[in-house]
Amino acid sequence: MRRQLAIMRKSLFDQGHLDEQFIELEELQDDANPNFVEEVVALYFRDSARLILNMEQALEGKPFDFNKLDGYMHQFKGSSTSIGAKKVKAESTLFREYCRSGNAEGCVRAFQQLKKEYGTLRKKLEAYFQLARQTGPMETASRPK
Amino acid sequence: MVSGNSASSSSLSMKSDEDIVNNNNNLRVLVVDDSPMIRKLHDMYLKKFGLKVQVAENGKQAVDLFHFGASFDLILMDKEMPIMDGEEATKELRTMGVTSMIVGVTSLDSPNEKQAFMEAGLDYFFTKPLTTDNISFILQELNKKNNKN
Repeated sequence: MRRQLAIMRKSLFDQGHLDEQFIELEELQDDANPNFVEEVVALYFRDSARLILNMEQALEGKPFDFNKLDGYMHQFKGSSTSIGAKKVKAESTLFREYCRSGNAEGCVRAFQQLKKEYGTLRKKLEAYFQLARQTGPMETASRPK
Repeated sequence: MVSGNSASSSSLSMKSDEDIVNNNNNLRVLVVDDSPMIRKLHDMYLKKFGLKVQVAENGKQAVDLFHFGASFDLILMDKEMPIMDGEEATKELRTMGVTSMIVGVTSLDSPNEKQAFMEAGLDYFFTKPLTTDNISFILQELNKKNNKN
């Protein structure tokens, strides 16, 4: 099971879902806080769900309030960066570029892609942490080669 | 006032982890951020360095803490917060005569907004998320400042 967990973890990096920031989180985890990473990621998903809902509602209004949308995405990008959500961060950046240029169609497309990447990340991380709980405490974080 | 996105660890003096934690045992830090995730993250980073950490959810809570007589060596201040944002809180604290080191920590990417935040009274500015190198740099500067006083 440990090997399966290690493979799962490696694929999250190899497929570009996570970056070095996630390893920074893992390096903070210790015996006194054995579930630190999972707890931080859970808080991220809780915040993100609220922000995505806010953005969906804002995208229903016509014309778009690009400042409002950019504000929400700014927060979302910040949180995503903090947990190392690489692809989600990239989609957030693209969305913000469309906001700043007032490109409504671009915003809608970018938001759909962002939700897709976010959904994939969420599924993969939930599966990863579920397996991690079954496997028990891991050794120290290793950086991908 | 200096802004920085990263600090080179080669510029830091080489100390053992235990020395660093022991040196920081008396330093008190206030983390001001409306995100529970960021508060948890920065709390953990700072405790690893042996710091005593308190958190506030917005600028008004931070200012109120000082009004009620609290003091901190270091304040990590987010910019975008409800009720009172980081820029306003920083101005307010400086007006009150607070001389704690205040470090802006935010994901702002507009140079004008960064400049305005710095001019509110920050000592340093870092983009989120903080890294261990950033914290090492901040603590080095804080220790220099405390040694001068």
